[in-house]
Amino acid sequence: MHNKTFVAVAAGLGLITLSALTGCGSTATKSSSDSKTVTLVSHDSWAVSKSVLGDFEKQSGYKVHVLKDGDAGQAVNKALLTKDNPQGDVFFGVDNTLLSRALAGGLFQPYQAKGLAKVGAAYQLDQDKHRVTPVDYGDICVNYDKAYFSEHKLTPPQSFADLAKPEYKNLLVTENAATSSPGLGFLLGSAAQFGDNGWQDYWKKLKANGVKVVDGWEQAYYQEFSGSSEGKKAGGDRPLVVSYASSPPAEVIYAKKRPSTAPTGVASGTCFRQIEFAGLLSNARNPKGAQAFIDFLVSKEFQEDMPLNMYVYPVLDGAKVPAEFTEYGPAAQHPETMAPGKITANRDQWVKSWTSLVLK
Amino acid sequence: MALPVAFFAVFFAWPVAAIVARGLKADGAWQFGRITDVVTQPDIRHVLWFTIWQALASTALTLLLALPAAYVFARLDFPGKRLLRAVVTVPFVLPTVVVGTAFLALVGRGGLLDDLWGVRLDTTVWAILLAHVFFNYAVVVRTVGGLWAQLDPRQEEAARMLGASPLGAWRKVTLPALAPAVAAAALMVFLFTFTSFGVVQILGGPTFSTLEVEIYRQTSEIFDLSTAAVLTLVQFVAVGAILAVHAWTVRRRETALRLVDAEITARRPRGAGQWTLLAAVLVTIALLLALPLAVLVRRSLDAPGLGYYRALTNADGGTFLVAPVHAVWTSLQYAGAATAIAVVIGGLAAAALARRDAGRLVRGFDALLMLPLGVSAVTVGFGFLIALDKPPLDLRQSWILVPLAQALVGAPFVVRTMLPVLRAVDGRLREAAAVLGASPWRVWREVDLPLVRRALLVAAGFAFAVSLGEFGATVFIARPDNPTLPVAVARLLSRPGDLNYGQAMALSTLLMVVCAAALLILERLRTDRTGEF
Repeated sequence: MHNKTFVAVAAGLGLITLSALTGCGSTATKSSSDSKTVTLVSHDSWAVSKSVLGDFEKQSGYKVHVLKDGDAGQAVNKALLTKDNPQGDVFFGVDNTLLSRALAGGLFQPYQAKGLAKVGAAYQLDQDKHRVTPVDYGDICVNYDKAYFSEHKLTPPQSFADLAKPEYKNLLVTENAATSSPGLGFLLGSAAQFGDNGWQDYWKKLKANGVKVVDGWEQAYYQEFSGSSEGKKAGGDRPLVVSYASSPPAEVIYAKKRPSTAPTGVASGTCFRQIEFAGLLSNARNPKGAQAFIDFLVSKEFQEDMPLNMYVYPVLDGAKVPAEFTEYGPAAQHPETMAPGKITANRDQWVKSWTSLVLK
Repeated sequence: MALPVAFFAVFFAWPVAAIVARGLKADGAWQFGRITDVVTQPDIRHVLWFTIWQALASTALTLLLALPAAYVFARLDFPGKRLLRAVVTVPFVLPTVVVGTAFLALVGRGGLLDDLWGVRLDTTVWAILLAHVFFNYAVVVRTVGGLWAQLDPRQEEAARMLGASPLGAWRKVTLPALAPAVAAAALMVFLFTFTSFGVVQILGGPTFSTLEVEIYRQTSEIFDLSTAAVLTLVQFVAVGAILAVHAWTVRRRETALRLVDAEITARRPRGAGQWTLLAAVLVTIALLLALPLAVLVRRSLDAPGLGYYRALTNADGGTFLVAPVHAVWTSLQYAGAATAIAVVIGGLAAAALARRDAGRLVRGFDALLMLPLGVSAVTVGFGFLIALDKPPLDLRQSWILVPLAQALVGAPFVVRTMLPVLRAVDGRLREAAAVLGASPWRVWREVDLPLVRRALLVAAGFAFAVSLGEFGATVFIARPDNPTLPVAVARLLSRPGDLNYGQAMALSTLLMVVCAAALLILERLRTDRTGEF
């Protein structure tokens, strides 16, 4: 009997191994040395409508292979580590908070996209060299739970300074600036607002005012925030959360029964603008295909498809924004901004000071 | 011997060296000054301090809760013992994402304790310590309990006949015999908790950081490769020291003890004391090990008509390019390949180590093979990315990368299981066979193989289970279109919405069932319990 067990187990293991060797071998992805394939390296949030991508493949003759490589920061860092022998041809998803790191690391080679003339100059942060092409922007802003504020007969906060006021004590939840991009954006926004020397005082006040810090956006928005539908279910009890200007429209679009107004709103004076770029990777095996793909990213078809897929705004002049966006989540009028060089020069030090100030 | 050494050099030493060198070399010159810079930073010292004390606390707590269970499993006989032994081993091979999630569902916001009594332990050190006990309970039960079961109870009885009190007899007879095993188990638990990553990240929130978590943050988030390299070296030294002490205690354990068949030492519980102990152990297991797993299963069943399970076959989720259930198949394939590699490499290494003429150098290699267990997975993962990207070894686009990384973690388990058994094979049997004219191959087939076959199967099973659950290195190198089970769980968890959460729970449950099934089979196969895990 023992012999039989042995044979059975051995056969089973052998079969699995065999199928592993044959099965995976055939599904292993073709390397991008194939000139008919463009490999896009991006972060986990990359999304596009099937039909729109299909149109590109049909018109250009390239097949697109997508490699989602972790969250935004991780994807950029991995791309930097492997830049001599990149995993793909195009990289999408480096934002202004990481841009200088990517440029200084020599991640990209210059390419001026067709149609760039119709992309707003404010988004073109590498205008002299064209190593990166702006693709979208979004605003990181404090969202508020409308129901909470009307129940408590309280005006929602409007500005960074409001958040430190006693009437908003213990209401705000934000993300760890060291590990989360909205967390970092909010820190940078406060630094832009209060200056290099003033932001620390501001955060001392926020801490005294009971700000809660969690590791990631998912946890903040879906667990702690009382305004999101998931947060309600999870018993979230913070009516203020650092999220995006496009979060209120998302609440409407994803609701089981579409409400007439968004359940959440945006504190318009608390926004920091995030711009996302794409670039042609240095040492790409298929630079021609990569260029065609970058052109596609700023084309009208892609730009208009993008908002409802990735919840960001198009950078192309005249690209239509979905009605839900204009109605429930207009982009901020006067967002805080900061030059990528300044971010690079200060980011690590600020995050370090922030960590010991707020978390320790 | 040559093959394991080459494997270890190419797939472990080289990638790790490459990533450390990338961090510590600037303009072609080594920057060793960075080492003192980094370790004198207050933040980093805080991390070092937390790493050590939480590991000490976790180890103490694990011993406190698991030693009574080791006794119960060794000395008492009760129905369902085998099943229970498999159950307590399941946590050890579960991926940390799954465990972290189970604990969040238990002690986190809206978790069971929160609902019942408004108690929340997430982002406290208590959640971390409890999860560490959950993971490492089996290490103590198996290592200490395995030996305990084979100690001859008559020695203790003899001491009592000679007038020793029960406690005195235990202290003078049993404890000295067990001490090396307890020390070895404690060191393993210390090693696993010292290098804890997923548990601390998920349950600790942003305020707690172990060395391993800090290496991850410095590499993956802050991109400060030189700090990460220094921390990797620090961890390397610490793990090396732990392993050296471990190897020493293991060797002490191999000194002659009178061992008997485990089957004859266990008895039905007698007297109020033993019954109480048995009950206490069962309650501990139910609360600490079974409850988190049960919460996981219950959450996976929240949707009517097994909705979360049915959703797993749907490819339109958007999270993946394939249906999540595809990850089950991918995982099985990868784990199969990893097991094959680990068994060949680990088996050859164990055979070399078991030779009586094995010198110090070879014995040193024993500890070296354990190193992958203690080296940061992110270091290994990033090392793979930058070291294995050129011909003749351009593996970065290849699926084999994942099984290779998993085999690194599986091989030490193979060595640890095989080694005691191989050492126990009486050399005279081989000599006798050779004298009678058998060829070396025939000697191996007729003498060694029948004796080690079971150990080989157990080793393979363990390597398989560990590979299935491996998360740290896999997450960095797994192809996005071919996620393994743990990677798929992590991705689903990071997506918003009930359906994704429910699917994550359902996938975790599937993974748990597969692991439990593998371990139950092992329990049936395993007769010899001298193995160290």
